[in-house]
Amino acid sequence: MKFTLSWLKDHLDTTASVDEIAETLTDLGLEVEEVSNPAERLADFTIGKVIAAEKHPDADRLKVCKVLTDEGEKQIICGAPNAREGITVVVAKPGTYVPGIDTTIQVGKIRGIESHGMMASEREMELSDVHSGIIELPSGEVGQSFSDWLAENDPARVDPVIEIAITPNRPDALGVHGIARDLAARGLGTLKPREYIPVEGHFPSPIAVSIDDDTLDGCPLFAGRVIRGVRNGPSPQWLQDRLRAIGLRPISALVDITNFFTFDRNRPLHVFDADKVSGGLRVHRAKGGETLRALDEKDYTLQPGMMAISDETGPESIGGIMGGEQTGVTEDTVNVFVESAYWDHVQIALTGRALKINSDARYRFERGVDPEFTLPGLEHATRMILDLCGGEASDVVIAGDVPNHARAYRLDAARVQRLVGMEIPESDQRQTLTRLGFRLEGDLAHVPSWRPDVQGEADLVEEVARIASLTRLEGVPLPRPFGVPKPVMTPIQRRKQMARRTCAALGYNECVSYSFIDQASAALFGGGDDATMLENPISSEMSHMRPSLLPGLLQAASRNQARGYMDLALFEIGPAFSGGEPGEQADQVTGLLVGRTGAKDVHGASRPVDVYDVKADAEALLGAMGAPEKVQILRNGADWWHPGRHGVICLGPKKVLGIFGELHPRILDAMGVKGPAMAFTLWPEAVPLPRKAGATRPALELADLQAVERDFAFVVDADVEALALVNAAAGADKALIETVRVFDQFTGGSLGEGRKSLAVTVRLQPRDKTLTEAEIEAVSRRIVEKVAKATGGVLRG
Amino acid sequence: MDDLKAKYLGRIADAADESALEAIRLAAIGKKGEVALKMRELGKMTPEERQIAGPAMNALKAEITSALAARKAALHDAALDERLRGEWLDVTLPARDRRQGTIHPVSQVTEEVTAIFAEMGFSVAEGPRIDTDWYNFDALNIPAHHPARAEMDTFYMHRDADDDRPPNVLRTHTSPVQIRSMEKTGAPTRIICPGGVYRADYDQTHTPMFHQVEGLAIDRDISMANLKWVLEEFFAAFFEVDGIKTRFRASHFPFTEPSAEVDIQCSWVDGQLRIGEGDDWMEVLGSGMVHPSVLRAGGIDPDEWQGFAFGMGIDRIAMLKYGIPDLRAFFDSDLRWLRHYGFASLDVPTLHGGLSR
Repeated sequence: MKFTLSWLKDHLDTTASVDEIAETLTDLGLEVEEVSNPAERLADFTIGKVIAAEKHPDADRLKVCKVLTDEGEKQIICGAPNAREGITVVVAKPGTYVPGIDTTIQVGKIRGIESHGMMASEREMELSDVHSGIIELPSGEVGQSFSDWLAENDPARVDPVIEIAITPNRPDALGVHGIARDLAARGLGTLKPREYIPVEGHFPSPIAVSIDDDTLDGCPLFAGRVIRGVRNGPSPQWLQDRLRAIGLRPISALVDITNFFTFDRNRPLHVFDADKVSGGLRVHRAKGGETLRALDEKDYTLQPGMMAISDETGPESIGGIMGGEQTGVTEDTVNVFVESAYWDHVQIALTGRALKINSDARYRFERGVDPEFTLPGLEHATRMILDLCGGEASDVVIAGDVPNHARAYRLDAARVQRLVGMEIPESDQRQTLTRLGFRLEGDLAHVPSWRPDVQGEADLVEEVARIASLTRLEGVPLPRPFGVPKPVMTPIQRRKQMARRTCAALGYNECVSYSFIDQASAALFGGGDDATMLENPISSEMSHMRPSLLPGLLQAASRNQARGYMDLALFEIGPAFSGGEPGEQADQVTGLLVGRTGAKDVHGASRPVDVYDVKADAEALLGAMGAPEKVQILRNGADWWHPGRHGVICLGPKKVLGIFGELHPRILDAMGVKGPAMAFTLWPEAVPLPRKAGATRPALELADLQAVERDFAFVVDADVEALALVNAAAGADKALIETVRVFDQFTGGSLGEGRKSLAVTVRLQPRDKTLTEAEIEAVSRRIVEKVAKATGGVLRG
Repeated sequence: MDDLKAKYLGRIADAADESALEAIRLAAIGKKGEVALKMRELGKMTPEERQIAGPAMNALKAEITSALAARKAALHDAALDERLRGEWLDVTLPARDRRQGTIHPVSQVTEEVTAIFAEMGFSVAEGPRIDTDWYNFDALNIPAHHPARAEMDTFYMHRDADDDRPPNVLRTHTSPVQIRSMEKTGAPTRIICPGGVYRADYDQTHTPMFHQVEGLAIDRDISMANLKWVLEEFFAAFFEVDGIKTRFRASHFPFTEPSAEVDIQCSWVDGQLRIGEGDDWMEVLGSGMVHPSVLRAGGIDPDEWQGFAFGMGIDRIAMLKYGIPDLRAFFDSDLRWLRHYGFASLDVPTLHGGLSR
């Protein structure tokens, strides 16, 4: 919403400066976005008088002028054809910035003669495009500031323009009058009343109006009148200046008048060329399929139920949103029908959204205009049309009635103070409401017709607080828990924090990627169905909720590789989505290793990443999240994993904690990532919460006796899993065997095809007496038996 | 005797290696060595002679023994020195590579915010990112036709043609978490709700996903003045500027009444933003007293309880605090950015250890 200072002053009697007004508006909740003050740009220009002008000795077109200024007589060289003795001019002295030529004036020599300034044209001061000569003023004192002179003699030229942002609850501030009312309520001046005397009709309106019964809820009131014999030329300068200042293009007097009231009083109007209307005007609901070319020169097809204004030939206007081109006024219009109607905000919003029309009328009606002002607005407009275009007005024709908006709420002065926490005397509270147009009847505040947003007692509090100024609010300590604050994070929240910090400690860089990805990438990871599809994505790259964090990380890897970073360790913790309903999401901890473990180095330590890297990291993270040490590893992962190189970490087949492995080459191809790529995904919420209640740990049991280690090498089939062998060996004597650790794997050589050797170290920890060689032998035999039984393995000879 | 001493000490000093030393030992104090032989002669001496010669002989033996040991140690040291001289390494070669992980600024700042509000008794509530339009809008006093709905640039989830339920939305703020939390715990309550939110907007300063933290405090007599104090305490702790000023400006949000936008004090020096000094103001936050309709939607009786709510952008305050210029880069996962703006893994923000690095 834009307006100028002088426009505001039409409604507000005030001596406040532009700065004060702007500051107050922001404080009132009418946030100022911009103030552009043309006078500021012209502040350094002063008025001077040319007392002599002679031809430059070395240039035919230049004149050497003697100019009286506030700093005495100055010699100025000037090339303007109208520079001559006796004229009053605008002077830019050395040091003055001239916006139109983007130059700061300096003392200089022009063809050998010194010049101490410049006399300016309108274009040089960005006042207009006129550059045929320097400005000649009809009045003005030497030394007077030019902007002061303009303010006195041509105020529109230096009228500051203020732009404010209007929150959706304040339709009343979409008119300059409403803005003035707020400022007056704060005490920044007094609101000027706007009396009007209804214009008497001289003849019956030849155009009748009606509202269909089924449309009265959407258009309770429709009024208008014909004015005949108008001349619709350009509107007067003051009106054109106003509209231009706020960014509107003047069109013709009739159209400009409707625009004026839209911004002056938040009262949208429409004018029909009465001679193009056949029969009366009827407000009704569209059957659907009716078409109409609107004033924006676009064709619209009405949907069933939308409100239209039709004459005998069909729809002529989309009610409350935009008029039709067919019956619009032109320069040739002599008889005009002025419409002022009241439309229901919900229906305007729905129609406007459906037809995608953003007009000033829709913007206002969908926020709510003042229903009581429908007829006064028509009278104001009539008066202005008669003043500017001449003609003769008919009687007013009215269909429907002003809808009932009466409501009142109790003002509880004590509660206002309790909610806001600021001392505001009751008398001030009542005065505020009165100035805003509320009618107080005891404790009851009757809401003015222009405030559709006030719907309860809380709204009265807001009005009082806002006018009293929240800037004055002083902080009051919030009572805090006594003593040392308790921890606030839930076990799951702490677990995710632990996972995040551990992952970074393992050398991964944390990413935060968008929750939505393209359909193709989602589909690669089991997603991309309609349930997870956005109805209105901003691009096809962000069309589906991610089924996994992997595609986002792979895309990140691909982008980084394109920048020349080939070796990556990335991770993310966040939700992945299995459906489109609330709760169909689960947090994942996902890490991705791509390329080598590091750059090539002198130590030869760099190597391609492999499955055992991500396995180690997944195990470290599960440990950090409190998962049990003993887990199962299955191989039934989804098809984006390498079929032979992944493991599903679980506590039983249904209780999956995570998965690690190499990504399928097909996936890397599809996502443009140069492999190898290893990854893990963990589900932090799947890890069981510990059962223990206190912080106490079990006592540490230290064995006094020396542990004994024995190595075994078994030859097994190549597809025997090491874990099976380890578990079998460990089962040989659960009390005595502390650990079984694989330390070597060997294939080839004399073992032959399809066989491998696995070597393990078994650590025996005696508890009550030192082991004898015979006892060690006995355990060893059992280990070999167990392993043979479980895996078919035999001791390597 | 003195001859003997001079002879052997001289030879020990000249010995070139351990085997030479051993030969000297045998020759001097070995069983058949010269000193040993001399010792045997003690038996033939008179007691008087023996009293003089005995200790002298023992002293000679001890002196030769210790000279042998000293020479042996010296030879050993020399050998070790010689070996170490050959073990020179170029220690300016690069060390073994060790990957440095980082924490994303969004995570770090979320932890900072959590630490501060935990101190004031706020716990952390979380909720779904896809939510119903009731939780995201209606419960927050934004009915279907409300212009605020259109202005929020909401992402809607797809509905099949034969499904006439209103479409779910990607939450446009974390306010639905407030409603869910109120439903669950009732009043009194103090929570913050950090997390990702979504709006259909993408340009210099907007991304379709960003992060918010909202706060909610409900009790019998919590006022807007308490809100102001809480926010001033927060900003002072977060930006580490004592006495940072805030400015409350009246505004409008459907879910609070009265509502205020909150600015913090700042200045621009040579194009650099400085928080907590100067005469300019920077808008950082929206807030207000929770609207009675919102309390009711959360199952709390507005005649008995009242309180405040606020919301601010985590990414935004991260940008302000750490001087990060571009919001879009937060979600681009550019390794160079992650390393430059990321935080060390063990750099956990705490109030006792400090919040920023």
